[in-house]
Amino acid sequence: MSPSTKVELPDGLTVVVNAECPTCTLVRPVLDKLNVHIVSEDDDDGLEISYRLGVETVPTLLRVEGGTEQARTVGWSRSRWEEITGAAPLGAGLPDFRPGCGSRTLEPSVADELAVRFQGHRLRSRRVELGALEDEAEAMFERGWTDGLPVVAPTEARVLRMLGGTDRDPAEIVAVVPPDLVECSVEKVAVNAVMAGCRPEFLPVVLAALEAACTTEFNAHGVLATTMPVGPVLVVNGPVRRRIGMNSGVNVLGQGNRANSTIGRAVQLVIRNVGGGRPGGVDRAAQGNPGKVGLCFAEDEEGSPWEPLHVSRGFDAAVSTVTVFAGEGPRGVVDQLSRDPESLARSLAACLRTVQHPKLALAFDALVVVGPEHGRVFREGGWSRAQLLARLDELLTLPGDDLVRGAGGIAEGLAPTVAGITLPKFRPGGILVVHAGGGAGLFSTIIAGWASGPTGSQPVTREVRT
Amino acid sequence: MKVLDPTSEQVPAIRARTARPETLDGLTVGLLDISKARGNVFLDRLDEVLRSRGARVERFIKPTFTKPAPIDLRHEIATRCDVVIEALAD
Repeated sequence: MSPSTKVELPDGLTVVVNAECPTCTLVRPVLDKLNVHIVSEDDDDGLEISYRLGVETVPTLLRVEGGTEQARTVGWSRSRWEEITGAAPLGAGLPDFRPGCGSRTLEPSVADELAVRFQGHRLRSRRVELGALEDEAEAMFERGWTDGLPVVAPTEARVLRMLGGTDRDPAEIVAVVPPDLVECSVEKVAVNAVMAGCRPEFLPVVLAALEAACTTEFNAHGVLATTMPVGPVLVVNGPVRRRIGMNSGVNVLGQGNRANSTIGRAVQLVIRNVGGGRPGGVDRAAQGNPGKVGLCFAEDEEGSPWEPLHVSRGFDAAVSTVTVFAGEGPRGVVDQLSRDPESLARSLAACLRTVQHPKLALAFDALVVVGPEHGRVFREGGWSRAQLLARLDELLTLPGDDLVRGAGGIAEGLAPTVAGITLPKFRPGGILVVHAGGGAGLFSTIIAGWASGPTGSQPVTREVRT
Repeated sequence: MKVLDPTSEQVPAIRARTARPETLDGLTVGLLDISKARGNVFLDRLDEVLRSRGARVERFIKPTFTKPAPIDLRHEIATRCDVVIEALAD
C-alpha cells in the first residue's frame, strides 16, 4: 500500500525542512534568496504534507508545474539545486554537498501515528476496543481468535505496517475462504498475518499461499473438515526465500525461523478467523498434527541435485512461488549406509509404501524432503529427479495379493478385486520431491498426503506477487 | 487498546429447524451417498427397510466425499424430498 496520497502544492519550488536538521539550517541562506514555499515538519500541517509527499530525507526540494511534481532532490547538492531551481550560482560559501537528515515522518512513534491518522480510514475492519484493565493477549484468547498460542495484537498501526509489504489494495479480494466461503480481503489477511507474527515482507507469500489453498484443486474445505491428520504444508521457492530470510537448511521443518514459523500460521489463522474453520467445528480431525499450527519451509535450491520444485511444476526459476500440499506430520527416513542411488531409492520406496497404510494404494500423495546428504548420493550417482521418480514408481508397483483385505492377517486393505493384479502405490505425479535440510545427517523426510487427485486434494503452486 | 477484528464479521442467520415428521407415511425419503467407502451398504439396507414400510425412496450420490455437495444436487434433494438421510460412513 502506498504511504502517501495526493497533496496539492503551489506551482514553483517547495522545500520540506525541520528545525533539528543541520543541513536544513545550512541551506537557510539559500532559501532566503529563492521564491520557495517552505514546509516545516515542526508543525502538524507540515508534517502531514511531508508524510503525503513520501519525504524520507530533509531538506527535500521539489519543483511543481501545473500541479504536478517535475523534479525532486534531497539533502544539499549545489549542482542539483541549481538545476532544479534554474538559479545559479547558489550557496556561495557553502560546501558543494551535504547529506540531509531523516524526515520526522520516519521516526518510529511519529510514523505509526501518521499512518493511522492519514491511512487509517482505508481500513474497513471493525475496531474492537479492548478494556483498559484487559490484558490484550488474554482478551484475544477469550474472543476465540487464536490457535492456542498467543497472538500479536492487530492494532491499526501494525496492520498498516503489514500492508506496506504489498502493493495490492487493502480491499482487494484474495480468495473465498472455506468453510464459510467468505470473500477475504488483503486487509483481513494482513490482520491475521500481524497476529501470526509475520513481518510485512512475508505478506506476499501469505497472500499467494491463501490463493493456492482456496482453489477447488487444493480443496481447503475438505482438508479442514477431514477426520484425517492433515493441513496445508507450504513449500516456498524462488528469490523470495532469501529476501525474507527463510530457512531451507538446519532444522528446516522445525522451529526457530520467523518466516517459516509464521507464514503457515497466518494462513491457518485466516482459515480459522475469516473462514470460520475451527477444531471441533468444521475441523473434524480425529487427532490432527502439530503442523496444523502452520507448516511452511523453503527449498534449498542452491544445494539441490535437481531443478527446484517450482521449475519442475512449470514455473521460471526467477519467479517466486508457494506450493501448497495437503500433508500430515513429517516422518524421518534414516538410511546411513546407502552410497548408491539404487539402494537409497529402495529405502525411500520401502518407507513410502507405508504412507497412511502399507496395504492402501492409489489413495494418497506424498511429499519427499530429500536431505542434502541423501541428495549428494543421487548427484554423485548421476540420477535426475525424473529418474528417481521413475524408479520409485517401479519399486512401488505392488502385488494386489498383498493388498487385499485380510492379507498378512490384517483386515485393512483393498477390495478382493485387486487380487492377481498389480497396483501402483501412488497415482502418476503423486510424489513431490524437494531438497532441504542441514548438511550433516543421512536422512530424508516423508510428509504423507491426504485423499489425492481431483476427488480430494491436488498440490497447487501460485506465484508470489508483490 | 484498539485492535482490528480478524474475523469475517458475518453474523449467520439462525433458522429454526424444520419440524420432524411424526411419520414417514406419504413422504419421500432421500438417501444421500457421499461416495465414501461402504456408505452404500448402509443405505442399501435402509432403502430396503423404508420401502418395506411403504415409504417412497430416492437415491442421490455426491461426486466426492471430500467436497461440499454441488448446489444443484442440494437443490434437487430439497425439491424432491421431504426427509433426507446422509451416510457419512467411517
